Amino acid sequence: MNEMAKMVVVMTVLTVVSGGLLAAIRNGTLERIENQQLQFVKGPAIKEIMKGASNDPIKDRFKIKDGEVERSIFVGKFNGKPEVVAFETFAKGFGGPVGVMVGINLTNDTLAGVAVTTHSETPGMGARAKTDPTFVAQFKGKPALKPIKVTKDGGQITALSGATITSRAVCLAATKAGEIFKRLKPEIEKGIQKFN
Amino acid sequence: MAKSLAQEFTKGLWEEIPPFRLVLGLCPTLAVTKSVENGIGMGVATTFVLVFSNILVSALRKVIPSKVRIAAFIIIIATFVTVVELLMQAFTYPLFLKLGIFIPLIVVNCIVLGRAEAFASKNNIIRSTLDGLGIGIGFTLALGSLGAVREVFGNGTFLGMSVFGPHYEPFTFMVEAPGAFMCLGLMLCIMNLIGKK
Repeated sequence: MNEMAKMVVVMTVLTVVSGGLLAAIRNGTLERIENQQLQFVKGPAIKEIMKGASNDPIKDRFKIKDGEVERSIFVGKFNGKPEVVAFETFAKGFGGPVGVMVGINLTNDTLAGVAVTTHSETPGMGARAKTDPTFVAQFKGKPALKPIKVTKDGGQITALSGATITSRAVCLAATKAGEIFKRLKPEIEKGIQKFN
Repeated sequence: MAKSLAQEFTKGLWEEIPPFRLVLGLCPTLAVTKSVENGIGMGVATTFVLVFSNILVSALRKVIPSKVRIAAFIIIIATFVTVVELLMQAFTYPLFLKLGIFIPLIVVNCIVLGRAEAFASKNNIIRSTLDGLGIGIGFTLALGSLGAVREVFGNGTFLGMSVFGPHYEPFTFMVEAPGAFMCLGLMLCIMNLIGKK
């Protein structure tokens, strides 16, 4: 019985201590990890969309509660005023969810640009959505509040050859972003005040 | 029988170099050695876990009841692996993205548990630290050299720098999975040839 008690005590102490240690390290690194993710995963996409912004759009961000989820909104300043907001949306692609950073110009509700952040599409096929700049360039200037579609579905975006599903996913993500933008516009406008 | 402290350290570098001599920990050895950087990164992460789990296992060897020792070792190892994972995310995020799932899989790396069970649970802290350090560095060297061979031939680069110039046609077989097996096999073969003398 004595041995039994010892086992229980040792294992309990061990797990409690390791749990505590991990919690402490997690708390200590949480902010840094978030920054690293922003820099390496979302950062390039945001920079691409906000090319020429006078501020650092990765730093100038705020969060909005949208029902259950919290969305990070990135703000880009042009001509001294916060003009472009960007946030990430997801749509189902060929190999899983495709994450797309969508930038919307506040002055005329058009797309300032889109860029793929995370995906698991086929290399050389769907993966070109991220690497081929001519594909995402097509989104620039399109009205953000209307559904965006590939030409096959009656839209204006020429799909990547051999990667219609991925192209559709990017369009769908951009459309979703437009819907979210419509829904959250008052809050977004409130949020960007502090960057004026 | 008793080895000197220096021998505890150096045995991991040649006599008991993990993937080639002990033939342990082959999963990360085959999977991540597509480049030198990946190999060394994986090696350093494993070394960190090895050293700290060896220290802790050795320090607690008289406290841990033998019936639950494996479970206790796994808790210790898993804790340090999670620490490494968090630190890598915080400081070397691009490397973390490349190594991906293989970082959490250090938990089930036979080398780590093997050293805890076979060495650290029977030896004092100083010896265990040296053992962990030696084996870890040996593992890093092995992964680094395997990564070097595969990267140089498979991609024509070393640590991202071009080796053969722009006209080199990469031998991509080397960076694919079958190339990993071939490469490891040849390395083992060379190690055995040298060892026979």
